[in-house]
Amino acid sequence: MGMTVAEKILARASGRDSVAAGDVVEPHVDLAMSHENAALVINQFREIYDGTRLEPQVWDPERIAIIFDHRVPAEGAKTATNQKRIREFVAKQGIAKFHDIRADQGGICHQILPESGYVLPGMVVVGTDSHTTTHGALGAFAFGIGATEMASTWALGTALNVEVPATIKVVLRGALPEFVSAKDLILHLIGRLSAEGANFKVLEFHGDAIDNMPTSGRLVLCNMSVEAGATAGIVPADDQTVHYLRNVANYHGGIDLVQPDPDAAYCETIEIDCSQLTYQVACPHTVDNVKTIDTVEGTKIDQIVVGSCTNGRADDLATAASILRGQRIADGVRMLVFPASWRIYKESIANGVISDLVSAGAIVMNPGCGCCLGVHQGALGDGETALSTTNRNFLGRMGNAKAQVYLCSPAVAAASALTGRISRPQRSLEV
Amino acid sequence: MSNDSAPLAIKTKVAYKLADDISTDVIYPGRFMATVLPTETPQFAFADLPDLNKRLVSGNIPRGGAIVAGKNFGCGSSREQAASTLKGFGLVLIARGFARIFLQNAINLGLRTIVCPDIAADEGDELAIYADRVVNVATKASFVITPLPRARQSIIDAGGLIAYTRGRLVSSHT
Repeated sequence: MGMTVAEKILARASGRDSVAAGDVVEPHVDLAMSHENAALVINQFREIYDGTRLEPQVWDPERIAIIFDHRVPAEGAKTATNQKRIREFVAKQGIAKFHDIRADQGGICHQILPESGYVLPGMVVVGTDSHTTTHGALGAFAFGIGATEMASTWALGTALNVEVPATIKVVLRGALPEFVSAKDLILHLIGRLSAEGANFKVLEFHGDAIDNMPTSGRLVLCNMSVEAGATAGIVPADDQTVHYLRNVANYHGGIDLVQPDPDAAYCETIEIDCSQLTYQVACPHTVDNVKTIDTVEGTKIDQIVVGSCTNGRADDLATAASILRGQRIADGVRMLVFPASWRIYKESIANGVISDLVSAGAIVMNPGCGCCLGVHQGALGDGETALSTTNRNFLGRMGNAKAQVYLCSPAVAAASALTGRISRPQRSLEV
Repeated sequence: MSNDSAPLAIKTKVAYKLADDISTDVIYPGRFMATVLPTETPQFAFADLPDLNKRLVSGNIPRGGAIVAGKNFGCGSSREQAASTLKGFGLVLIARGFARIFLQNAINLGLRTIVCPDIAADEGDELAIYADRVVNVATKASFVITPLPRARQSIIDAGGLIAYTRGRLVSSHT
């Protein structure tokens, strides 16, 4: 029996000729990523060594990445102290891939890893963040783990007792209509699968819509695969992957384009005709509560958010700017933009996108997770409603359990900023 | 050594019922994520469900009490505080299903989790938990337990992931 991409990667990383869904393996980890929650990982890591007389030492400082993004700059003393402790640990252990709160290296972990060339096809990537699924966009097997599990990986260099997940094949055909994006696609898929429809499974993406999709869109699909419960989302590596690694990530080493076998076993196949897709909105308070835009059009919005590890990339900001250019966001609405990295921020300054956004009345914040997880930089008031390009709308997500969050694409977010109500995108008159 | 044939049951009482898709944002809101120590996290359990939070923090729900939840409990973030906060109250967590990362965190930390896809019980019901089933004492209805992923058994047997990894490290250095 042939293997899926996930099976091939796990077989290689476990030193086996083949594996099948349900097998238990202990793969070597190629990259282990954490953010501010490294503070908890450090705690658990030290506890592992208690009473052993061994010196706590990570297995390979070259393979650990730590990126500050969840609370940057620190919103309070507790976070600042955690960040300080992490910096000390990074220096002591010699951790190479560290991205501090700086405009020459910072950003959201799920953008920093791809744009820095840290993720390659065929890798096993673990991260103490559920959206680690993002990195499957480059053909890696990437999944989220908890802090104690990461502490084990730091100590042993492996992911312990991984049950090889079954794979759902998702075939995307046809061209997306104008302004309908990868975000609409993945929201539609989550609505179809439900929030637990892919729990303990992998989503492997295929079809001509994938062939024609840039890496930025693939990152969106894989990022939100976890919202259907998926362990990982994977786009098999291809010419586009190579193009991204060479020209965006400046990676010039070898690349192994891991492909599924023609007779690989899939537990389910889902086909979507992209040409028939329209704008999708996830309604409060679950990500799988997905509706087409016609059912929620006109809903009044208080705060628009464009950004996050899902939709804070250069093309997302450019799409929003193309809709807002020369216009003004509606009175009574505030619009917050969070570029996914400082590199994207600087590119978007250079090409005029930031100027368009700011001139329309949007506030462009520093790159980071921002208000997505309800810590700082844009909480909602009681009874307020947000329309956001982020990835979660759970009760309390944006810092207030008496508020509600709708999720959408950058185009829908920008169009809605102009009216103050959920609206369909239209091309700006001024080009 | 465990003895599967032992007729011993854990007796517990349903202290609270929760719906499907309870996310980690509800279990442990993001605004408390700078708090990392397992000794400090319990105070914020279900902070946005004030009634449940108050009952937990005040001790109104005794250690060993059960929370019964629906499908996909713990969906969302990988934050381990969502498991440590519940572990701090010594709860038994019975759900129709768990999201992958939460279940893994719960096992790693030794939080007692029971997957019971058909569980039907109301607040106040007494439950007897056996190795393979949960019995509702009042209705005498019996509900099959789905075994935890077999990949995790060695971690459960070791008493949690820290002890398991410590054992692996020590044996590789001797």
